[in-house]
Amino acid sequence: MGTRAAGQVGRSGPVAWMALPALVFFLVFGVVPLFGVLVLSFTQWDGIGAINPAGLSNWRSVLSDPGLPHALWVTFEIMILSWLVQTPLSLLLGVFLAGRQRYRAFLAVLYFVPLLLSSAAIAITYKALLDPNFGLGAGLNIGFLTQDWLGKDNLALGVVIFVVSWQFIPFHSLIYQGGVRQIPTTMYEAASIDGAGRLRQFFSITVPQLKYTIITSSTLMVVGSLTFFDLIFVLTAGGPGDATRVLALDMYKRGFQANLMGPASVIAVLLVLIGLALALILRRLGGSTTASQQEGA
Amino acid sequence: MAVATSAQATSRREAPGTSYGRKLLRLNWLGGTAGWLWLVIVIVPIYWIVITSFKDQSAFFAQNPFALPAEPTLANYQLVIESDFPRYFLNSVIITAGTIIPAVAIAFMAAYAIIRGAGSKFLAGVNGLFLMGLAIPLQATIIPVYLLIIKMHLYDSLLAIILPSIAFSIPLSVLVLTNFIRDVPKELFESMRVDGATEWGMLRSLALPLTRPALVTVSIYNGLGVWNGFLLPLILTQSPDKRPLPLALWTFQGQYSVNVPAVLASVVLTTLPIVVLYAIGRRQLLSGLTAGFSR
Repeated sequence: MGTRAAGQVGRSGPVAWMALPALVFFLVFGVVPLFGVLVLSFTQWDGIGAINPAGLSNWRSVLSDPGLPHALWVTFEIMILSWLVQTPLSLLLGVFLAGRQRYRAFLAVLYFVPLLLSSAAIAITYKALLDPNFGLGAGLNIGFLTQDWLGKDNLALGVVIFVVSWQFIPFHSLIYQGGVRQIPTTMYEAASIDGAGRLRQFFSITVPQLKYTIITSSTLMVVGSLTFFDLIFVLTAGGPGDATRVLALDMYKRGFQANLMGPASVIAVLLVLIGLALALILRRLGGSTTASQQEGA
Repeated sequence: MAVATSAQATSRREAPGTSYGRKLLRLNWLGGTAGWLWLVIVIVPIYWIVITSFKDQSAFFAQNPFALPAEPTLANYQLVIESDFPRYFLNSVIITAGTIIPAVAIAFMAAYAIIRGAGSKFLAGVNGLFLMGLAIPLQATIIPVYLLIIKMHLYDSLLAIILPSIAFSIPLSVLVLTNFIRDVPKELFESMRVDGATEWGMLRSLALPLTRPALVTVSIYNGLGVWNGFLLPLILTQSPDKRPLPLALWTFQGQYSVNVPAVLASVVLTTLPIVVLYAIGRRQLLSGLTAGFSR
C-alpha cells in the first residue's frame, strides 16, 4: 500500500516480470499439457507416427471397456483404505510426536527415513522381503508371514496399502505434529479445569482444532494416491492379473506398452478430473470462510 | 458461566481424580505404544536391507534373516559399482541439481513478486494458477509432455527429465516460499526502498537472507522428489547411459532378481547419499516442513 501511495508508476512492472520465468515453465510443461491431453484424447497416435483425429472413438471404447470400472474401483479402494489406515495412525503419532520430550524428537528423525527411499527402492525391498520362498517368513519359519503375498488378489492389495502407509505415515505424522503444536495450551488447561479427561480433550479439542490440518493432510493423501505409479509398477506391475491395476498404471500400460496414446489420454483426462473434483470436495469441507487458511494449506 | 461448567463437570465425574488419572494414563499408553511400535515397523525392514546387503548368497539362504552376517562381504557392493552405478549416480546428481537450482530460483522470484505485487490482478492470477497446480496429479499430463519433448528433439536426454521436473516443482515451492516472504516485515522493504533500493536489490539483500531456511526446505523437499523420480525417466529416456538411480535400481533388480543381497546393496547405495544429506539438513527440513504445511 505504501508503495502505491508513493505514486511510483510502473512499480508493479519490475515485480511482475519476476514471476514470468516460473509462469512460462509452468505454462509450457503444466498447463499446455493439461489441455494437450484433452486434445489427444480425441486423436489416434501410436507414440511415434502421425497424430490423426479420431473423434469420439477413444472415449467410446474406453468408457465401454470393463477394464475401466475395475481400474476406477481399484484406485478408489486403495485411496480410501490407505486414507483409513494412514489418518488415525498419523494423527496418533503426530500427537505423540508433539510432546517435547527429547526421545520423541529422536523418534521423529527415524520416522522420516522411509521418505528418503525412492518408491522403486521400497517396492524392490518389499518384493524381496515378502518372497514366499526366500523372504522374511521363510527365513524365520513363520507360517503367517510365508504367504504368496503378491500372488493373491486381496493380499496384493493389502500389501500395496501397507507399503503406502509405511512410506507416507511419517510425513503426515510430521504435518500433524506441527498442527498439534499450534493449538493454544490454554484450551487444554481450561478443559482440564472443567474436568475433561485426556481422551475427551483429544476428541473435543485436538481433533476439531486440527480440522484444517486434517483437510491438508487428506488432500495430499487422496490426490497423491492417484499418482501411486512407481510403487505399484515395481511392486506388482498391476498384478496379479489386474488386481492392483490403478488408473495411473492403466494409463501407462495403454499408452506406453500397447502404444494407444488416444485411449491412454482418455484415462489421463479422467485422472485430472478426479483429482480436481476431490480437491474441490475437500476444500468445500473446510468451509468457504477459510480462504486464508486454505491458501496456507 | 465458568461456575456452571465446572459444576456440570463435577457432577459428570463420579469418581473425581481417579478417572481423570486413568484416562490420562490410557491415552499416553496408547500414543507411546503406537510410537514405539511404529519405530519397530520402520526399523525392521531397514535393518534387514542393511545386514542382508553384507551377506553372500549362501549365507542369505542359510542364515536367520535377522542374524548379523557371519562373514561380512563387500562383494555385493562391488557388483553394484561395477554395474555402472557411478554413471547412474552422476546422472541423478545432474538431473537433481539441474532441476532444483533453477526451479527454486524462479519459484523464489515468483513468490517475491506475488507478495510484493499484492493487488496486481495478473500476479493474483498467476498465484491462483500455481495453487490449482497443487490439486492436479501432474503425472496425468505425461503423454503430452512426452510429445512435447519429442518435438523439442530432447527425447532420451537428461534435459528431457530436467525441464518438466522444474515445472512440476514450481507450485509447491511458490506456495511455501510465499508463506515465508509474507512474514518479512513490510517496514523493512519500505525503509530499503526509501534508501533507493530496487526490487531486485531488495530481493537479494532482504528477502533472500531472511527466507534462507525456507529455501533450504523447499530445495530438499523437491530434491528428494526429483532424486527419487521414476516415471519421467522411464518415459522420456531409453538409453542405459541416461538412467538415473531409481530406474537403474529397477533394471538391476530385473537382471539380478535371484541375487537378493546384491539388489539390496543397490538399494543401500542409492539411498546413502540422501541419508547423508538428511543427517546434515534434517533440522531445517523437519521444522520447515511442519511450518510450511501446518499454517
